[in-house]
Amino acid sequence: MTTTEEAPTRRRYPWPIEFYRSAVGKKWVMALTGVALLGFIASHMIGNLKVYFGPEDINHYGEALRDLGGDLVPRTSLLWALRIGLLGAALLHVHAAYTLTYTNWKARGGRYRERDYVAVTYASRTMRFTGTVVLFFIFFHLADLTWGTAPASPDEFFRGDVYSNLVASFERLPVAILYIIANLALGLHIYHGTWSLFQSLGYSHPRFNAWRKGLAAGLTAAIVLVNLSFPIAVQVGILEI
Amino acid sequence: MDVTLRVWRQDGPDRPGAFEEYSAPGISSHASFLEMLDIVNDRLTLDNREPIAFEHDCREGICGACGLMINGQPHGPQQGTATCQLHMRKFRDGDVITIEPWRAAGFPILKDLIVDRSAFDRIVEAGGYVTVDTGSAPDANLVPVAQEAAEAAMDAAVCIGCGACVAACPNSAAQLFTAAKLAHLNLLPQGQPERFIRVEAMVDTMESFFGSCTNHAECEEACPKRISIDFIALLNRDYIKAKWRNGRLAGQR
Amino acid sequence: MQLDAKIPEGPLADKWDAHRFSTPLVAPSNRRKFEVIVIGTGLAGAGAAATMGELGYRVKTFTYHDSNRRAHSIAAQGGINASKNYRNDGDSDYRLFYDTIKGGDYRSREANVYRLAQVSGEIIDQATAQGVPFGREYGGLLANRSFGGAQVSRTFYARGQTGQQLLLGAYQALARQIKAGTVTAYNRCEMLDIVVADGRAVGVVVRDMLTGEISSHSAHAVVLATGGYSNAYFLSTNAKACNGTAIWRAHRKGALFANPCFTQIHPTCIPQADEFQSKLTLMSESLRNDGRIWVAAEVDEARPAADVPEDQRDYFLERRYPAYGNLVPRDVASRAAKKEVDSGKGAGPMKNGVYLDFAEAIGRLGRDTIETRYGNLFEMYERITDENPYEVPMRIYPAPHYTMGGLWVDYDLMTSIPGLYTIGEANFSDHGANRLGASALMQGLADGYFILPNTIAAYLSESLGTQPMSTDEPAFKQTEADVTDRTERLLGANGSRTVDWFHRELGKIVWEHCGMARSAEGLTKAISEIPALKGEFFADVKIMGEGDSLNQTLEKAGRVADYFDLAELMCRDALHREESCGGHFRAEHVTDDGEAKRNDEEFTFVSAWGFEGDGAEPSLTKEILEFENVELTTRSYK
Ligand SMILES: Cc1cc2nc3c(=O)[nH]c(=O)nc-3n(C[C@H](O)[C@H](O)[C@H](O)COP(=O)(O)OP(=O)(O)OC[C@H]3O[C@@H](n4cnc5c(N)ncnc54)[C@H](O)[C@@H]3O)c2cc1C
Ligand code: HEM
Ligand code: HEM
Ligand code: SF4
Ligand code: F3S
Ligand code: FES
Repeated sequence: MTTTEEAPTRRRYPWPIEFYRSAVGKKWVMALTGVALLGFIASHMIGNLKVYFGPEDINHYGEALRDLGGDLVPRTSLLWALRIGLLGAALLHVHAAYTLTYTNWKARGGRYRERDYVAVTYASRTMRFTGTVVLFFIFFHLADLTWGTAPASPDEFFRGDVYSNLVASFERLPVAILYIIANLALGLHIYHGTWSLFQSLGYSHPRFNAWRKGLAAGLTAAIVLVNLSFPIAVQVGILEI
Repeated sequence: MDVTLRVWRQDGPDRPGAFEEYSAPGISSHASFLEMLDIVNDRLTLDNREPIAFEHDCREGICGACGLMINGQPHGPQQGTATCQLHMRKFRDGDVITIEPWRAAGFPILKDLIVDRSAFDRIVEAGGYVTVDTGSAPDANLVPVAQEAAEAAMDAAVCIGCGACVAACPNSAAQLFTAAKLAHLNLLPQGQPERFIRVEAMVDTMESFFGSCTNHAECEEACPKRISIDFIALLNRDYIKAKWRNGRLAGQR
Repeated sequence: MQLDAKIPEGPLADKWDAHRFSTPLVAPSNRRKFEVIVIGTGLAGAGAAATMGELGYRVKTFTYHDSNRRAHSIAAQGGINASKNYRNDGDSDYRLFYDTIKGGDYRSREANVYRLAQVSGEIIDQATAQGVPFGREYGGLLANRSFGGAQVSRTFYARGQTGQQLLLGAYQALARQIKAGTVTAYNRCEMLDIVVADGRAVGVVVRDMLTGEISSHSAHAVVLATGGYSNAYFLSTNAKACNGTAIWRAHRKGALFANPCFTQIHPTCIPQADEFQSKLTLMSESLRNDGRIWVAAEVDEARPAADVPEDQRDYFLERRYPAYGNLVPRDVASRAAKKEVDSGKGAGPMKNGVYLDFAEAIGRLGRDTIETRYGNLFEMYERITDENPYEVPMRIYPAPHYTMGGLWVDYDLMTSIPGLYTIGEANFSDHGANRLGASALMQGLADGYFILPNTIAAYLSESLGTQPMSTDEPAFKQTEADVTDRTERLLGANGSRTVDWFHRELGKIVWEHCGMARSAEGLTKAISEIPALKGEFFADVKIMGEGDSLNQTLEKAGRVADYFDLAELMCRDALHREESCGGHFRAEHVTDDGEAKRNDEEFTFVSAWGFEGDGAEPSLTKEILEFENVELTTRSYK
């Protein structure tokens, strides 16, 4: 006789909760929140490009962000809405990530003494790790350039003067290196992520599947390269106060 | 040819296990991998050692009974081939071959290389069928099925239930097996009435035994029938729809 | 002993309806009061268990597999017959009936075979509704292929995996009943004996293959669906675990064994590559639709196939049987191939095969068409032989494949032990002396889905209100003790030779003397050699490990032990049947041009053998076959 037993049927919750309780549901949420986060990263990257047009532009951009919605809404309210949305997404994403990680860790029946992967990529296997790196980076990054809390932030931090804060910060070699590492980790993460999210959302079509890897590679390259350019530019002195 | 085997030996379900090394000289390259094990086992028996327990039956890649982790690859190095169809000509003289059982919490080891895969039966019992009592079926040609649909369903239906997908998956997820069974029925007109109840029931049962899919795609490579992970996307899509619909129905259920 | 096949009165076409009308029924509300044990979850067993579950009986299934899905039926490749006449090529229930009777060389029961043809169509309907993805035309309707021994296109298929898809259909139907609680499935549980009390089958004794525990189960009726015994030859196309233990144990308990010598040797298998080969792989018969079979005209042709010019090739089937050509029935094709190989014209390194050539078909239809038709078979062939059949012709040779013989059953599929039924390949049923391609799946499912669930009611209804016998009764305890003794005896021998060694030796004897061609002299030899080998086996077999845990060698040993006796009975039956018919070819009985010669005057009967005790000669009972609707002709495929 064989042994495995049917799991006891637990009581049902309203469907959104039921849905999120299931691993497939969590993956779906991860994908959606992932998309949101990707969207932010991308636009954030583009916004940051303004650094190259000099202090006025980027500072003005920072202002613009706060002025979002013009006179129609209280100042910074829309920015806050965005921030909260973003925060929510990140929290969900991370929660799902860690709970799934636990499930999968439980599902493993001891490790193989010898294992020779064929399809698994470095990116796909390090999602949890790279994700965590990104998470910690975000905290550091916020302290550094948004809140201006030392020691993360440069010694003299001028709220609102995005440009000089940024340059001042990146002139510190260790910080520059940290940014570079963090963005490489981010690159790995979103490379697999961007490919994977379509699968998780259930979008799969032979014709378009061919594009997915390309899309992931392109997006990742763009974001990582641009993001890396800032600390480097400062270090080599292209950007200075 | 002469090969050396490093084989996982384990007396019983929750007993400690360990590798043992056996040398297998004078094996013909025409021999199948399992025939090589037969020979080793006969030799072991004759010098009073217990033969290696491994599961097998049809030996032509269709029953799904066989399944070994060979040199770190489920079903060994040859793509799209079950362990029983693997032949020694795929190895070189003097090779050291490591043989392990499938390892997953949902597949407890029973003895040596034999694991308990009955969780797969539980998944099918949860809804992997069309409810049609014997005798109640209409004429077979009453419902035309687009040839593409029939072919696509068949691409999924060829699953032999070997469990290599689970063995291969870093998360020990049974997504490919479940997706294959679901796609087989959900792509056919006959499967439509129960489509969404089936998806929910089978996936929920699957998750009570196995890990979750993070799209490593390793299962696809290990599958002796080369079943595509596109079916997993279909599973995800149907499951989301199902939760939505069945959720709304929940009131009435 | 008198045999009553219980064939209903009336015209052939009405017998089944009349019978169903006249047999007592069990009312729906009463069905849950009956327990039925089904041994085996192949097409026949799973079909029967699922259907009886649907009807409301309480069913227990047993299989030695870890999952009900792994039964040997899964390996069937080519397809399943049904007289749908979708192709409008003149098919009908009557033609399917006629072809089967003729194909079986007039050694099967008219009534059974006609019933088989009648329900064949429903099987396709049922399977399709279950979601079996049969091959289809572009219009979305079902496709057909033609199969050996038939001139109409009536074979339904799902690529080269028809058996797999049909079994999954039955397995899923069974899974549904297991979920519903009407069926309890015991996996990794091998039946080692049946229990008979006051002349009726009351239960079984099984061994839990994980714990070694021997336990008893009782029921109102027991159904054996345990498949065929081709592995008596050791090398066969059957799965390694296929065995005759269940039916042999039943035979020892009084069930008559019918036509044991009617075994089928399948013409298209991959020839043996070396001596330790563990099984032979079938290349589906459907390959004969497009492949041409030939050998070099010259003895000891040394050139590779490609270099042998057309005029020096002998397409011996097309030459000898112009009408059917490469599509002659299996027994005919097999013997023809043997003849060529014996004459030294064999192909391949061991000169033990004939060519199956697709060059012409690829030229005519294009490689793609051939690939869509046989792609997976070609792959399978290349994996095993390392040769690419798109370029070099396949090499094939006959191999033991199917056993028409089995437990004797009446029209209700009940054996000579009341309460014991046998379905599928395990019974002797409908194929006479030779089975046509794609007819076993049909028969297994007909028995399981449509016949047994109806006929079993007649027996059950008698015992309404009674409980199954308690397993504490002496009958059960005694059988348990016997089973335990046998296990201990095997483990106790602790000799110097392995189980496989003995099985191989047995196989050699049976293949040599009771294979494709049989002779009085050879058979007498075998009948003396087999018991001797059996004696050695029990004295000198070596089995490691214990009885109280998973022990695959022990399982094997038990099966081989029963094969000795079964093989001996095969030879006795072959020796007794002084004629050549179907799969049974006696060298002494041939026409002038070497074709099989039947002897209808003396042998138009079913040989039903009774067990008379170890070592004692079995007793023979004859069921005379009456043919009211077809007149016996010599099969000619010329
Ligand atoms: C390679 C191959 C190809 C074939 N192709 C075709 C084809 O194309 N068309 C066709 O019509 N036929 C074909 N056949 C024949 C056909 O597949 C079989 O005859 C048929 O499937 C037998 O089904 P079954 O249910 O009677 O027995 P099986 O499917 O053999 O099932 C036997 C069951 O009994 C169980 N069992 C046996 N003994 C015991 C025991 N002692 N205790 C517990 N359980 C036991 C087994 O576990 C198994 O579940 C083919 C056969 C082979 C070998
Ligand atoms: C902060 C900590 C983070 C952790 C621990 C984390 C972890 C993970 C994990 C484990 C996955 C699953 C991979 C998969 O299922 O395919 C994942 C997917 C993903 N992550 Fe993150 N991530 C983090 C942050 C981020 C951030 C900041 C972004 C935005 C750039 C992001 C974008 C994505 C995307 C797009 C996916 C793919 C979603 C899917 O395939 O379903 N992640 N993440
Ligand atoms: C080297 C690349 C980057 C540069 C130069 C950069 C620069 C900045 C600057 C200057 C700000 C402050 C803007 C302001 O206060 O108005 C900021 C805010 C922020 N950055 Fe970055 N950033 C980089 C990469 C990242 C990455 C990879 C992430 C996330 C994974 C990230 C997440 C954030 C967040 C969440 C904020 C806060 C936005 C807000 O005010 O709500 N940044 N970044
Ligand atoms: S999906 Fe492939 S690997 Fe998984 S069980 Fe089915 S056949 Fe085996
Ligand atoms: S390998 Fe595992 S992660 Fe998903 S794609 Fe396959 S199941
Ligand atoms: S033994 Fe049946 S698939 Fe390998």
